Amino acid sequence: MTGTLKVEIWRGAEEGHFEAFEVPTQPSQTVLDLVTYVQRKLDPSLAYRFACRVGVCGSCAMMVNGTPRWTCRTHVNKVAAEGKVRIAPLRNLPVIKDLATDMAPFFDRMQEAKGRFVPSEAAAKDVAVVPPDDPKRKEAAAGIECIGCAVCHSACDVVAWRPDYLGPAALNRAWTLVNDVRDGDRQGHLAAVAVDAGCHACHSHQSCAEHCPVGLNPSRSIAGLKQLVLWAAVRGEL
Amino acid sequence: MRKHRSYRAFLVHRISGVALALFLPVHLVVLGLAVEAAALDRFLVWSAQPLVKAAEAGLVVLLAIHAFGGLRLLAIELLPWSDRQKDWIGWAAAAALAVGAGFILRSFA
Amino acid sequence: MKRLELWLYIAQRGSALVLAPLVLLHLGVILYAVSGGLTAAEILGRTRSSALWPAMYALFAVAAAVHGAIGLRVVIREWTAWQGRSLDLSTLAFALLLLLLGLRAVQVIA
Repeated sequence: MTGTLKVEIWRGAEEGHFEAFEVPTQPSQTVLDLVTYVQRKLDPSLAYRFACRVGVCGSCAMMVNGTPRWTCRTHVNKVAAEGKVRIAPLRNLPVIKDLATDMAPFFDRMQEAKGRFVPSEAAAKDVAVVPPDDPKRKEAAAGIECIGCAVCHSACDVVAWRPDYLGPAALNRAWTLVNDVRDGDRQGHLAAVAVDAGCHACHSHQSCAEHCPVGLNPSRSIAGLKQLVLWAAVRGEL
Repeated sequence: MRKHRSYRAFLVHRISGVALALFLPVHLVVLGLAVEAAALDRFLVWSAQPLVKAAEAGLVVLLAIHAFGGLRLLAIELLPWSDRQKDWIGWAAAAALAVGAGFILRSFA
Repeated sequence: MKRLELWLYIAQRGSALVLAPLVLLHLGVILYAVSGGLTAAEILGRTRSSALWPAMYALFAVAAAVHGAIGLRVVIREWTAWQGRSLDLSTLAFALLLLLLGLRAVQVIA
């Protein structure tokens, strides 16, 4: 089991280079373990971000051999290509330093897509009864477990080509809200995603769904929004 | 990151679409030649050469793949979500190749 | 125009819905007609046999002009640095060119 692995890590900000480190291998080692080893034993100046280490907080996503992944739940033996792992900051976001990206543009999209719950009057007065098998409840439930890791945002080529695009995570969030019967501003949510770089900018590449670490399908959510926005626009309700 | 079926389907759809959009004006100009039947016939004789026919078969496949792939996209965007939508990529490709094969067979029949 | 992209999307998908059956019909006619070689007389004999053919091709030309022009605009916006008003006007010009060529061809075969 003992041996070493060549780990190449991005150093710098937008401009920078890959620096190679030798890291001893361990059983069940994760990519985050590699980065942590480098920071603790080899170069304490390495900047990266993590918190929970168990796939809940969504803060440790990075590019691993060119693919965006949650590093705390990505085993090295699954991704090491020819005894080598290349780790870079998430794509489609500004780099602050080394592996730490500026997540602000990602969370700004959530705000622009009006990804916040607006309680209806009825919901504010009393506990809403939402049957678990209600179709809208199921749609909302299918998209609700987003951990905000920005892996989808990073995997999406439409985000790369049109930086103002709201992106898969924000649109998925909006979809859960238009399906929430307690939400009082359906029109507002639809108007927010009907903007020029809104839901219909999506080309159904489905890279978001391919890469989502918790198995959500933002493509499906966006397809749902496209239909709602389309019919609202045609009926003149937007 | 781009190594999955639906991304490849997107690329095929986009590239075939651009090719068709650029070919369409040429196609329409040639049809306009029919004002003078003899001019259109001269073109049709030229286009009956095997190499030109093969190129035409390519155009037919482009049109078919864009149409069948486009039907898949319309289904994704206008119908309730189906997890089978990725299988439609294969069906669309097979249907387009069948149309191309049919064109070649009938051209030389 | 407010929500220009949304309305272009709707025009793009709407024209696609019109084109889908027409393209399938077109492919059928191609496969039918290509056998034994093409002649102008054969093509014109078919298109002049009924007013439905020119009407169908006119609809085809309009839908293709809308669909092709909007589609190219999206590709150019995403894959090149060209965007803004000059691209929008060029898109309109390309759509009008396709429309003009298409309707001229329909007129000839009618």
